[in-house]
Amino acid sequence: MSVPPLPEAPEEAPATTATTLTAKPPRAARLLPQPRMGGLIPWVIAILIALVVIAAAGGLALRNLAETARADLASAVTVQVIEPNPDLRDQRGQAAVAVLQGMDLVRSVRLVPQSELAALLEPWLGTAATSGDVPIPALIDVELVRRASPAEIAAIETALTAAVPDARVDAQGDWLRPVYRALAALQWLALGLIALIALATAAAVWLASRNSLAQHRETVEIIHLLGGTDRQITRTFLGTVLREAAFGAILGTAFGLGAVWLLGQQFAALDAGMTRGGGLAFRDWLVIAAVPLGGVLLALATARMTIALALRNML
Amino acid sequence: MNDRSAEIVKFDNVGLRYGTDPEVLSNLSFTLYPGSFYFLTGASGAGKTSLLKLLYLAQRPSRGAIRMFGQDLMTMPRERLPDLRQRLGVVFQNFRLVPHLTAFDNVALPLRLAGAPEARVLKAVSDMLEWVGLAHRGHAIPATLSGGEQQRVAIARAVIARPRMLIADEPTGNVDPDMALKLLRLFEALNNRVGTTVVVATHDVHLLKKVPDSLIMRLNKGELSDPTGALRYPPRPAAGPAAGPEREL
Repeated sequence: MSVPPLPEAPEEAPATTATTLTAKPPRAARLLPQPRMGGLIPWVIAILIALVVIAAAGGLALRNLAETARADLASAVTVQVIEPNPDLRDQRGQAAVAVLQGMDLVRSVRLVPQSELAALLEPWLGTAATSGDVPIPALIDVELVRRASPAEIAAIETALTAAVPDARVDAQGDWLRPVYRALAALQWLALGLIALIALATAAAVWLASRNSLAQHRETVEIIHLLGGTDRQITRTFLGTVLREAAFGAILGTAFGLGAVWLLGQQFAALDAGMTRGGGLAFRDWLVIAAVPLGGVLLALATARMTIALALRNML
Repeated sequence: MNDRSAEIVKFDNVGLRYGTDPEVLSNLSFTLYPGSFYFLTGASGAGKTSLLKLLYLAQRPSRGAIRMFGQDLMTMPRERLPDLRQRLGVVFQNFRLVPHLTAFDNVALPLRLAGAPEARVLKAVSDMLEWVGLAHRGHAIPATLSGGEQQRVAIARAVIARPRMLIADEPTGNVDPDMALKLLRLFEALNNRVGTTVVVATHDVHLLKKVPDSLIMRLNKGELSDPTGALRYPPRPAAGPAAGPEREL
């Protein structure tokens, strides 16, 4: 039996020494069949990214709303003049306005007309609001030149009660403090949700990576035995993770932005004073745009760590 | 004449056990020299495959010491194993072709893993497939190849990078006698012309007579015997001069 001549030896390939291990392996995708992480993973990532986009947008909107409200109300006080006699109440109201207008800290003063007060209270008091049966205090809206400290508020009250003994000063920020606290709690809740969703994303990618590696264990072993490095194998898997995570992130971001736009429309339709401050600024959109990027990076980091640890257990 | 410093593999009192089972290999001490042709024989269950696993670095021993290409495997970090594995060619008992890759891509694997340029991969793999008579089957995936064709793909993959040591586990087990002889001639050609050290595990005693310069190692219940002086220094082949690094490549 004749033996065909051996073909020429291929040119010496560079040895994979410790130094060349760090070099970029060529055409990593050709070394292994493209492993699939798992059919559901892009969709799971899409759902989780959508939830993060919604939670992030909600948290940022709440922060903006709280800041706007605080800025509006921290430099304003309300003065009440409690006097059942209407004539006397008007007279003392005017006196209080005169005192307030003389203060350096005060920018503007507006005595709220009784008809406006009656209209505000009518939904709760009915016709009693306009009948005069229920005494309604005179209300004065005072806008300050800047945010006033509690001591300055107290000084205003002292000066005012010297001229109008029945006057009472309420810093608007005080009675909104529980609202601020609730808004802050909601922001923390949004952050907590984002952290939990990130954890869930990492867990899903971890499971999918382990399953994918187990599914291709035989091939991975062959690659190892033929001289393939962990880095070459990991790169192939990470290519799949990147593709699937990017698909899920784009899909999830689109869905999340759609939901945020719809919610924005709903709140805008309320036309309520407080919700007007809850819009998203340019920097907020940048934060939201970073969500899918962060999701993909998290998936890559998780997969890389999972695969590296699993390969380390193989010889 | 062989040079002790050029030894390919040196086992020193090596033992191997799986888990807490009794040792499947015990007290193995031997040296393999460059350019030699070894047959590893023994009955089924004698430990041939386990010994080959140690040789192709799929297993670490439970005890003893192994040196390969002058490096101590016992203290070598696993990050450096690919470097050693790229100097080996292995024909696995069940071929272990990557099922999703074509015959061409399977044969190309060792070169691509070593970072060879694609133009050279193309030429070398085409030549190698021609050499094993499978040039027309390059695009076939393993599932569509016959047992003999798969075996030739596995052999082509094992020798494509001109390994310094070729390890074959029952390479003729699934082919007819004609093909078995042809494959053996391919190993001989590699051994004679390239200087590759060849280790062939087989239980086919007829095969041993086909390679006159070969050395025989016999495993019996995990222990090695030395019927041809293969384990002595210098190794004494059955006939002809001792193989060595000075053999013309």
